[in-house]
Amino acid sequence: MKEKYWRKNIFYLRILLTIWFICSFGFGILLAENLNEFYLGGFPLGFWFAQQGSIYIFVILIFIYVYLMNKLDKKHNLEE
Amino acid sequence: MDAQFWTYLLVGVTFSLYIGIAIWSRAQSTKEFYIASGGIHPVLNGMATAADWMSAASFISMAGIISFLGYGGSQYLMGWTGGYVLLALCLAPYLRKFGKFTVPDFIGERYYSKNARTIALICAIFVSFTYVVGQMKGVGVAFSRFLEIPYDLGVIIGIGIVFFYAVLGGMKGITYTQVAQYCVLIFAFTVPAIFISLQATGNPIPQIGFGSKTTDGVYLLEKLNQLSVDLGFEKYTDINQTTLINVFFITAALMFGTAGLPHVIVRFFTVPKVRDARISAGWALLFISFLYTTAPAVAAFAKVNLINTVSNAQYSEVPQWFKNWENTGLLQFDDKNSDGVIQYVADEQVNELTIDRDIMVLANPEIANLPPWVIGLIVAGGLAAALSTAAGLLLVISTSISHDLLKKNINPNISEKGELWAARISIAVAVVAAGLAGLNPPGFVAEVVALAFGLAASSFFPAIILGIFDKRMNKEGALSGMIVGVVFTTIYIFYFKPQLGGPGLPQDYLFGISPEGIGTIGMIINFIVSLIVSRLTKPTPENIKELVESIRYPK
Repeated sequence: MKEKYWRKNIFYLRILLTIWFICSFGFGILLAENLNEFYLGGFPLGFWFAQQGSIYIFVILIFIYVYLMNKLDKKHNLEE
Repeated sequence: MDAQFWTYLLVGVTFSLYIGIAIWSRAQSTKEFYIASGGIHPVLNGMATAADWMSAASFISMAGIISFLGYGGSQYLMGWTGGYVLLALCLAPYLRKFGKFTVPDFIGERYYSKNARTIALICAIFVSFTYVVGQMKGVGVAFSRFLEIPYDLGVIIGIGIVFFYAVLGGMKGITYTQVAQYCVLIFAFTVPAIFISLQATGNPIPQIGFGSKTTDGVYLLEKLNQLSVDLGFEKYTDINQTTLINVFFITAALMFGTAGLPHVIVRFFTVPKVRDARISAGWALLFISFLYTTAPAVAAFAKVNLINTVSNAQYSEVPQWFKNWENTGLLQFDDKNSDGVIQYVADEQVNELTIDRDIMVLANPEIANLPPWVIGLIVAGGLAAALSTAAGLLLVISTSISHDLLKKNINPNISEKGELWAARISIAVAVVAAGLAGLNPPGFVAEVVALAFGLAASSFFPAIILGIFDKRMNKEGALSGMIVGVVFTTIYIFYFKPQLGGPGLPQDYLFGISPEGIGTIGMIINFIVSLIVSRLTKPTPENIKELVESIRYPK
């Protein structure tokens, strides 16, 4: 039972950290040049990801993880 | 009522507030002194972490650096925020469950070794001390520029305040003061930004104004790109492909370094439960993001305002603030062709204006013609940023000495009262030592900050991650990984930093990676060495496997 909890936790980590990597190192750095051909209002898109978007996504990712783990704690009866 | 009056008033009021909080929140036990008894509400801990994290450099220098680097400045924005995702997902909850006082505590017990604890405590002290000297310098500079108080006296006033609340209240006093300091610094940073955004684009939210059209119907960033090209600079939003790999590695080193910095990690020991540690990291990053998403907007607005005001202006007709900042040496005009007109261009042979990057935040209110109280606010905010970070760092130094060195390594029989006194004395000594170093800052302070992040990334981060996620990781693996990682990173930084006397030249960089980004490679080396050595040596003892098992579950 406990092992299932840990495996699920690792599963969440994999997904969320992949999004973390793609949005910052991917969209904000490696692909920024290509994305800069698109615009979000006055922002070239790659530039926006590097200076704004990635930070918003970081905040959202943490709150999603908190939500998922609180649910998982409850399901496995591991709430303090 | 002029700016000087407002500055004295606001600095005076905020300092009295910090002292009041210190008296109210005195620490009675070592648990209160080290981790505020683990009783801090997660939202308050989030604010305290944000103040702890955002230093004089974030508040005063970062927007200016971005102003001059354009897209290149993104490495600091992403690098100094992305680490919180790692903290929330991979470190904070498990370290909270472990439930001791310090990072060397975790390293020492997880790797069942006094030597590991000792290496960790030396790294913790070194990282924190280099960082704190920079803060003291920031305090001295803020006082001397705005209050016409000599630099040295400024540093001494700063030491006095930190001494008072850190020695008296320990973590408890520091936490509640940091909450107040966060409120002061975020208010001070965003108010001028809102005014400036409103003036330039009619939108009060800088994050949106930054991507909006200015009063003449052109997008602000487009205008800034055009102005930059006209003066011979690169386009502001353009990405320089030749340095992209370096941007990648610096961003990574800052992120992993953040997640390995002891003064940040220890904040998550102060909340009551595992779930509080998770959400507290979320609150911390949310509070940090208010400043970090405003800073690039301030950078762009200030750059446009500056260019419009000074470029091709008659020197005899420049506004008063230009002359004021010339007196401080942060602006320097040298009329090379003696035509009385300011030429601000990329070509160094022709350029006549030298601008210190700090001016982008400090002079912003004057450039935008804001009321004098805003200037006082900026000073109070800068001081709050410097003092809050300094206090958090000093606490790490003091706990490393009184708890890790004295209690755990030298004299385990020391009484609770004795340890509390040792903690108070060591923080007092650390405050004074940091102050003295701040009075005579070695020229390389700014340079060693790269070392602080590099060391945190290449020593603590892998050791903690493997300690949680890899049961097979043993003492031999972790120790050899830490040593190889730290030695590699330190040698590389010293070799390639001319300011530290290194002979290395930029064209010889490994894969084009500058010393600021090398911590990433040091970290990868640490991981590889740890994994190989641990597989070739004795398995982890059973009781340690149980310890790892227990920190993985909240209950």
